[in-house]
Amino acid sequence: MRVNWKTYNPRPFFDEIISSPGYARKPAKKLASYLRLLTHEELLQKKTAAELAIKTMGISFTVYSDAGNIDREWPMDIIPRLIAGSEWDQTSKGLRQRLAALNCFIDDIYNQQKILKDKIVPAELILNSGNFRKQCLGMKPKHKVWAHICGTDLIKGENGQFFVLEDNLRVPSGVSYMVENRRVTKRTFPELFADNYSIRPVAGYPAELLDMLVSLSPRSVKHPEVVVLTPGVFNSAYFEHSYLAQRMGAELVEGGDLLVEDEKVYMRTIAGLSQVDVIYRRIDDLFLDPLAFRKDSVLGVPGLFTAWKKGNVALANAPGAGVADDKIIYTYVPKIIKYYLDEDPILPNVPSYLCVDKLERQYVLENLDKLVVKPANESGGNGMLIGPQASKHELAEFRQRIKADPRNYMAQPLISLSTVPILGDRVVEPRHVDLRPFVLQGEKSYVTPGGLTRVAMVKGSYVVNSSQGGGSKDTWVVEDV
Amino acid sequence: MLLSRVAERVYWQARYLERAENMARLLQVFSALQLDLPKGIKLGWKSLIQITGHNSYFYSKYKQENERNVVRFLLSERNGVSLVDMLVLARENARTTREIMPTEAFELINGLYHFARDHVEKGLHRAERNDILEQIVSRAQQIGGLLAGSMSRDEAYSFVRLGRSLERADMTTRIIDVDARKLMPQLEVEGAEPEAREPYDNTLWMNVLRSSSAYQMYRQHVRERVNGADVAKFLLQNEQFPRSAAHNLTTLTKVLGNLPNSGKVTWQVNRTRRLVRNADLQGLMQQGLLEHLDLVQQEIGKVHYKVADTWFLPSK
Repeated sequence: MRVNWKTYNPRPFFDEIISSPGYARKPAKKLASYLRLLTHEELLQKKTAAELAIKTMGISFTVYSDAGNIDREWPMDIIPRLIAGSEWDQTSKGLRQRLAALNCFIDDIYNQQKILKDKIVPAELILNSGNFRKQCLGMKPKHKVWAHICGTDLIKGENGQFFVLEDNLRVPSGVSYMVENRRVTKRTFPELFADNYSIRPVAGYPAELLDMLVSLSPRSVKHPEVVVLTPGVFNSAYFEHSYLAQRMGAELVEGGDLLVEDEKVYMRTIAGLSQVDVIYRRIDDLFLDPLAFRKDSVLGVPGLFTAWKKGNVALANAPGAGVADDKIIYTYVPKIIKYYLDEDPILPNVPSYLCVDKLERQYVLENLDKLVVKPANESGGNGMLIGPQASKHELAEFRQRIKADPRNYMAQPLISLSTVPILGDRVVEPRHVDLRPFVLQGEKSYVTPGGLTRVAMVKGSYVVNSSQGGGSKDTWVVEDV
Repeated sequence: MLLSRVAERVYWQARYLERAENMARLLQVFSALQLDLPKGIKLGWKSLIQITGHNSYFYSKYKQENERNVVRFLLSERNGVSLVDMLVLARENARTTREIMPTEAFELINGLYHFARDHVEKGLHRAERNDILEQIVSRAQQIGGLLAGSMSRDEAYSFVRLGRSLERADMTTRIIDVDARKLMPQLEVEGAEPEAREPYDNTLWMNVLRSSSAYQMYRQHVRERVNGADVAKFLLQNEQFPRSAAHNLTTLTKVLGNLPNSGKVTWQVNRTRRLVRNADLQGLMQQGLLEHLDLVQQEIGKVHYKVADTWFLPSK
């Protein structure tokens, strides 16, 4: 196994490391030549060392299958992805702008509803949305922020420019893998750090997260009690819940550890009850509180919603924040940014067609084999149709589904995702990637340098979800030289 | 303040880890012991099953208590009580308390689990067994060392010590429970005189000490030749030796001083401690040792119930 860039051909896609066989893009030149000079043994040794590091560090995720839930080692390819610092600065501005506008939007929806009255966004789209929570009407969370933690999925198309694919405002996951991937590459390629590249560190995320959460505390005490609420060890993101709690020094709690008395939230400790100020919840809205939402929820805490509404505890993200990460609302985000901030969007959306609109639906139905169709509020790539790769039967089925429930669907042209080389069994090969940076907003805002790069490990595939065989890469935002 | 649920998991993680280490020590000693026996005399592996208290479970799976079956049952079989399964449970509890333990702690426990999982099958062969068990003991010790050297003396650490000390006290009382007559039944059958049995008794007690890494410490402390009463006294009543029952019960009283609402638990620990300290072991060696050890084990069991009652989440 040797890295030979001359036989590496990314065409017809935009490759972020190699522009054409044998030629590396400017920021990646040192990385490319470093890899080229490694011997077969060195490459193999590094690959094995990375796998071993992942195993002993216990970086894992859970796969649900018929054979039971299995804790799998996290799949990571060792070749990092590079993004130039100047490019990232601009992207980062765009991400902050976007989250600021989305928070104005959510706050407006649950209060004055000006944007609906001004008919910028059709009222029926919101009021019929599966993520709109009427229970939240009238709530005014601190700093007017509802979505405190946002995972925005970005992709690069043929021209190498970032587009926003979707905003995840409910319980976005993956940030722990971003931090851990860096820990693994530091062990694998120590030579590349400092001597060759100035790489922006990502390890500060848990501290930023804690600062943000502390800024939400309703009580003005010096050290508010911050907890991470997890559905438990069987959740696929449990590793991350535990990881973040550990790195923040916060308690990791399950529903059974909490109880509400006098509209205040307490946790059960070995010394009795102790009041909780801020809950970073990793449980879906509907399971938070059986008294307010789903009555059959065993994960949640009875009375939690009222405690929040009374302002006695902060929830991040706030219940109801998901109203803005619906894939239909997504298409309105450029207008939302303009409306609240009076600014042009810095990051473009992927062009989209709304099936609820008669003309656009017509177009979608006629061009289904060229489009990607997404349901309004599914996650993890579930319920999606990739037209060019679908069978006739699947196309026909989706045609029926769209006609039956047009509000629930939108479509986008299939963007040819950019590629990055992975170290396969014998050679380096291009694979499609996306990027999930994490944006925080509380009293202040913060964007991770880079984010989690997800890789479709199967040749030609666009599916990057780890639950469906996707992998990941460390992402380096490098200072321009 | 430490969550009740977390306290419980930390406590069990420490107990399972300690139990796995003790199991490795016992298997090591039994394996070594049989090499010291004269030709024609076979080691009673049965008593190893008795020490661990899994008699009926074992006989529901196996007919013969020979070396192969016993070692498989206690070392590698996925049956919920073997060494490898103790590590599965220790790891699972560590995995679900990662947020409060030092990062490296989980990495070490996880590493130990992977090592054991990948190697225990080989441990069925005599030639490789000792190396593997040695590694397991040494890695378990390393984890204890890491926690001692990097964990704040907070409530979580108190629960680590609570679990570990309780498990150690319990296991030590079980180890003393081995009896030469059960270990080497042939000697009894052949009607050997006590004098003929003596060298083997001696070997046996030395190995009992070794299983607790206690031989050297015992030697420095007791200057006579190794004999049952002194060994039992040392392992039960010596306050200085860190694996003795008395030492661990004293440790418990100190740890309990750092925990809130510990009154009932302390009361039970003191009761157990008195029972251990005040026993006349010379007399008991002649008669009643077994009953005495049973009683101590029961009292130790009650300590656990008081701990659970006081601090853990009520079971649903």
